[in-house]
Amino acid sequence: MAEKTISLKLKVWRQKDAKSEGGFEDYSLDSVSTDMSFLEMMDVLNDKLILEGKEPVNFDHDCREGICGMCSMVINGNPHGPQTATTTCQLHMRKFKDGDTIYIEPFRATAFPVVKDLVVDRSSFDRIQQAGGYISVNTGAAQDANAIPVPKPDADEAFEAATCIGCGACVASCKNASAMLFVSAKVSQYALLPQGQPERKDRAKKMLAKMEEEGFGACSNTGSCSAACPKEISLSTIARMNREIFK
Amino acid sequence: MKFSYLKSTIGKKQVMAVAGLLLAGFVLTHMLGNMLLFVGADMYNLYSYKLISNPLIYLAEAGLVAFFLSHIVMGIVLSIRNKSSRQKSYAVAASGEKKASWSSRFMIHQGMVIAVFVVLHLLTFKFADKQQTTVDGVVMDDLHQLVVDVFQSPVYVIGYVIAVGLLAFHLSHGVHSALSTLGFYSEEKKSKIECLSAIYGWVVGLGFMSQPIYVYLFY
Repeated sequence: MAEKTISLKLKVWRQKDAKSEGGFEDYSLDSVSTDMSFLEMMDVLNDKLILEGKEPVNFDHDCREGICGMCSMVINGNPHGPQTATTTCQLHMRKFKDGDTIYIEPFRATAFPVVKDLVVDRSSFDRIQQAGGYISVNTGAAQDANAIPVPKPDADEAFEAATCIGCGACVASCKNASAMLFVSAKVSQYALLPQGQPERKDRAKKMLAKMEEEGFGACSNTGSCSAACPKEISLSTIARMNREIFK
Repeated sequence: MKFSYLKSTIGKKQVMAVAGLLLAGFVLTHMLGNMLLFVGADMYNLYSYKLISNPLIYLAEAGLVAFFLSHIVMGIVLSIRNKSSRQKSYAVAASGEKKASWSSRFMIHQGMVIAVFVVLHLLTFKFADKQQTTVDGVVMDDLHQLVVDVFQSPVYVIGYVIAVGLLAFHLSHGVHSALSTLGFYSEEKKSKIECLSAIYGWVVGLGFMSQPIYVYLFY
């Protein structure tokens, strides 16, 4: 079967560094295979730019398997593109039509400053995690997993919360650039398991205070975070976080 | 990094949510009480008289002012903070499933219109000069006549319908958002809570809309 190709007009955000103003630059790309991932299409664009003696577009990526949370990008206004439950690296060009114009922007949030082009600094997530997203574990051999009974529904919910890859799409999609879905996923993951109980009383408070200190907004329960989340983290984690404040 | 409940966004939102839910309860009872307009002038005036002649009305009004002010102040403080959380907006708006509902994206704007409407509404009906009428031998304000007079103006009727329409959108998102902020939300109850919230908003909104339209068309 012949490979299907499309031509695209790209409007890509270019920004020299954090202090520069930045703006969109127009590029045309022909013969884009619809079997390519979005990042492979960006690789093709960068090859073209290098051959033309121009600076390639900087963007974050790592595993390209949808599990590391490194790739970002807001594609036509949607973090990780138009498809739900998908990271940018797992988005394929078959989702676009021949002749489409695609706007490609960085995740925009005060707490995610642009480093260059489409690369943003998401280390604020690391600092939130350091503020309370941990458990205390003694040194020595781990005890048998079955020695600590965990009800199946709790284990399932904790696991679902733990699937958060910390990509920041929730922040990028939220009209308030709130990190509540990320923080609540981390809080839920530990609140539901016995290992998370020793620090439970302060965890949500500490992580929330750090989230606010980093400059993220408040949650308006619009649900756009959950819709943009590649791991489909539920809004119920945010409700749990709202309860955890009183623990 | 000391945690302070009222300084935190969750604390402010929970205060706003409690005040919002109490106000949601108020608008529902207000709308239901006003439905006496369909019963008759005497019944409507008697209801109004019984309400304002009860000494507890001052306590209720003080409570309402407190709920309104705390809801509005927290809303403004949070909106200013939220605005500063993204200094540059996107060139293209989100679309499809990743686009949030209209009512959820414009809560503060709906709230601002509703706040202005409430002030005009109070000036028009509560603080306006009223004729007197007698029902069952008791002299009281003829609020019914005032309502009939005001709703002869198509401009006022249209303005009223738009304002309570925005209130319907505000409640549709506000009620379930407040419940989530207070922790009453789960994946299993999600669709039920969102559906009931929308029904609540539109029952209140359509109920209020029916009154000026009825007066305009049939008086």
